[in-house]
Amino acid sequence: MTAVPPARHLLRAKDLADAHYAESIGVADMARAARLSQAHFSREFKRTFGESPHQYLLTRRLERAAALLRTTDWSVADVCVAVGLSSIGSFTTSFGRMFGKSPTAYRASFPPAAAWAMVPACITRVYGRPKHRTFREDSEKSAS
Amino acid sequence: MIRIAVAHIWVHDQQEALDFYTKKLGMEVRADVSFPEMGEFRWLTVAPPGQEDVEIVLMPIPGPPVMDAETAEQVRTVMAKGFAGTVFLATDDCQKSYEELKARGVEFTEAPEQRPYGIDSGFRDPSGNSIRLTQVLDVPVG
Repeated sequence: MTAVPPARHLLRAKDLADAHYAESIGVADMARAARLSQAHFSREFKRTFGESPHQYLLTRRLERAAALLRTTDWSVADVCVAVGLSSIGSFTTSFGRMFGKSPTAYRASFPPAAAWAMVPACITRVYGRPKHRTFREDSEKSAS
Repeated sequence: MIRIAVAHIWVHDQQEALDFYTKKLGMEVRADVSFPEMGEFRWLTVAPPGQEDVEIVLMPIPGPPVMDAETAEQVRTVMAKGFAGTVFLATDDCQKSYEELKARGVEFTEAPEQRPYGIDSGFRDPSGNSIRLTQVLDVPVG
């Protein structure tokens, strides 16, 4: 049998994040899915996909949270828990950093009809995932 | 009239792909022909039983002189990273198909979820190709 390219194992970790973001999984679980030590895994994941596994998992959760804010009437706390995050404070901060507005303001900015466009889920999941932003970028922006 | 007859996906191992598409997905082999004069190239196609007019080629990634080694490696990598393409399958009952495939060992990356256009789920083949399994909502025409 032909040897599996190393990236295929890293893809399993990415798939784990996509499939189990709603549970309390972390980078250690992703590393296990790729059968690599955590440090080696994080390096290889970033080299292969251009972002760290932590960033990928967080932005996956925030993409899902944004979708739930657009398509449900769940409270922000319920949305937070539904995407595998436990701290509402961190969730609100991360969400505001990635989407530029609070979860509540984000929800209010979308007319309900926008949620019903016939775009396949695999497309919305890929294109809806926010670009990762750090506090460092915020301070760089305010310094410039 | 022009129809889609055959489309190909790259696979990193034809035998492994064949087992997956037939034993796990329940497709049938439509063609399995090897050509000694073409370096044992194996033309291998599968399709769902009952759908007569379309086939998927499980295409091995060639080496030189068909494809230079560097490009072949790039294709292998792109495929393993999950970016080589997607097959969109349709079903009348997404939840039922999901249970059946899961029982046969298919690892889903997305369990069935209600979407504006129907019920959608997703998994990968052993090579890393993305496969969607969707129960498309009946939308009245007009």
